[in-house]
Amino acid sequence: MSDSVLFDVPGPRATRVSRIVSVVATVIVIAGISWLVLTLAGPRTTAGGSEQVGLFDASRWDIFLDLAVWRAIWRGVLATLQMAGLAAVLALIIGILFSFGRTARTSWVRVPSAVILEFLRGMPVLLMMLFVLLIFSSGAYWAGVTALALYNGALIGEILRAGIKSLPRGQGEAGLAIGLTPVSTRFLIEFPQAFRQMLPIIIAQLVVLLKDTALAYVVSYPELLRIVVNNLSNFYGNRYFFSLFIVALVIYLALNLTLSYVARLVARRTGKKSVTDARIPGRGVFGAVGMGGDGAAGDAGAGGGGQGGDGTP
Amino acid sequence: MDAITENLPVFIGGFLATLSLLAISGTGAFVLGIIVAAMRISPVAALRSISTVYTELVRNTPLTLVLFGCAFVLPYLGVRLEFSVLAVIGLTVYTSPFVAEAIRSGVNGVALGQAEASRSLGLTFGQTLGHVVLPQAIRMVIPPLINVFIALTKNTSVAGGFFVVELFASARQVINDRGDEVLAILLGVAFFYLIITIPLGLIAGRIEKRVAVLR
Repeated sequence: MSDSVLFDVPGPRATRVSRIVSVVATVIVIAGISWLVLTLAGPRTTAGGSEQVGLFDASRWDIFLDLAVWRAIWRGVLATLQMAGLAAVLALIIGILFSFGRTARTSWVRVPSAVILEFLRGMPVLLMMLFVLLIFSSGAYWAGVTALALYNGALIGEILRAGIKSLPRGQGEAGLAIGLTPVSTRFLIEFPQAFRQMLPIIIAQLVVLLKDTALAYVVSYPELLRIVVNNLSNFYGNRYFFSLFIVALVIYLALNLTLSYVARLVARRTGKKSVTDARIPGRGVFGAVGMGGDGAAGDAGAGGGGQGGDGTP
Repeated sequence: MDAITENLPVFIGGFLATLSLLAISGTGAFVLGIIVAAMRISPVAALRSISTVYTELVRNTPLTLVLFGCAFVLPYLGVRLEFSVLAVIGLTVYTSPFVAEAIRSGVNGVALGQAEASRSLGLTFGQTLGHVVLPQAIRMVIPPLINVFIALTKNTSVAGGFFVVELFASARQVINDRGDEVLAILLGVAFFYLIITIPLGLIAGRIEKRVAVLR
């Protein structure tokens, strides 16, 4: 059935029980979904008492025949990707800097970078966006990019540090033994391995970054969510709100699931070499992080968790 | 600086609202997450796929969109609730798959031989899980779980964009009154968030170190 070791290959009775539970669960889910769809599709009365057509009625979806709507949506997608792309590059650079800063030998580099990192990690991204927006009056785009880059950079820094820490000590020692300086040992030997080992988690973090661009909605950057759910539904009328919401949801899911899928592919490819090297008793990539450092923080942990049990997709 | 001292009651009110959002939706997400995780590792195929689909869908939806759905689409279903309750629902749903994944990765982190050994002793699925795997997993689960709750603390700020008066919203409100002291106000609010997140992070780090030694 699956490669889980928690239970045996089921016998006839277990198969029967599991089949019954399966059928019941499927029926419940299907019933729930059809109730949802039927309620949404049914005609509705507004607070004023006027009768309106259901949410799946063609008259609520006809704007999607208009090319101008799709062009606006495409602008939104581009704006979102622009913000995410620039923020991702900057976050990687900041992350690398942080990982070096926090593992530095001299304490006057290590301590300040640890303090800054804790500060960035503990603040909501939204507050950071507001901060940049109001203090530097930079415009919504740069506010979003800066906040996302700093926050995710701090998290990526922690991920990389965990990666460096989880390497066998012999790697660094060997580098020093063949006469490399401590700095070039870090650059040439430890960092490339840590980066490769942590790549799936870093990509998972970038998915989080892409998702978090939707926060720029609150500081009124015209990204996908604001264009689709706000601007378009204001322009075409509130009765299209639901349809536009669904379209936005589908686009976001498509974007994020694609990137998550890439992360999983990378995890599978790098996983063989680095993680199952049997240094770590766990099975999953995530176990490696958890053991390695003091845990890549919040969202990284949550985002990276998906790689944990990839044996059973 | 006097912008903060004058408006201290507003900030305290916002802080308490943030704390209650955190407590209620954290508890909800924890319960929901345990259910989803249990379904995810169960021997029943349908439960596994239902929870997988749920996890993947919710985890890949931006929180802003989830809250949008709760605030404006749930009313289409006849739900009439206050915005703060809707925000709690949104945060609970959004956080639950992360809780589930943290728990599941903990279960996966238990050495294979443990489960194999208990299987070979003839323990059932429930016994294997209850007596052998979960007691070991729970230690490894606590640090990532705390990290999930730290993320939740920060995510409550998004509810401030949806008509819930918590810390972030009260910051905006005070900034509207006192545009001259933006920096002090924002740093003050950041301080309130850090009061919650940094101690949680320290606890997580300490537990993690202990667990690492135990292994």
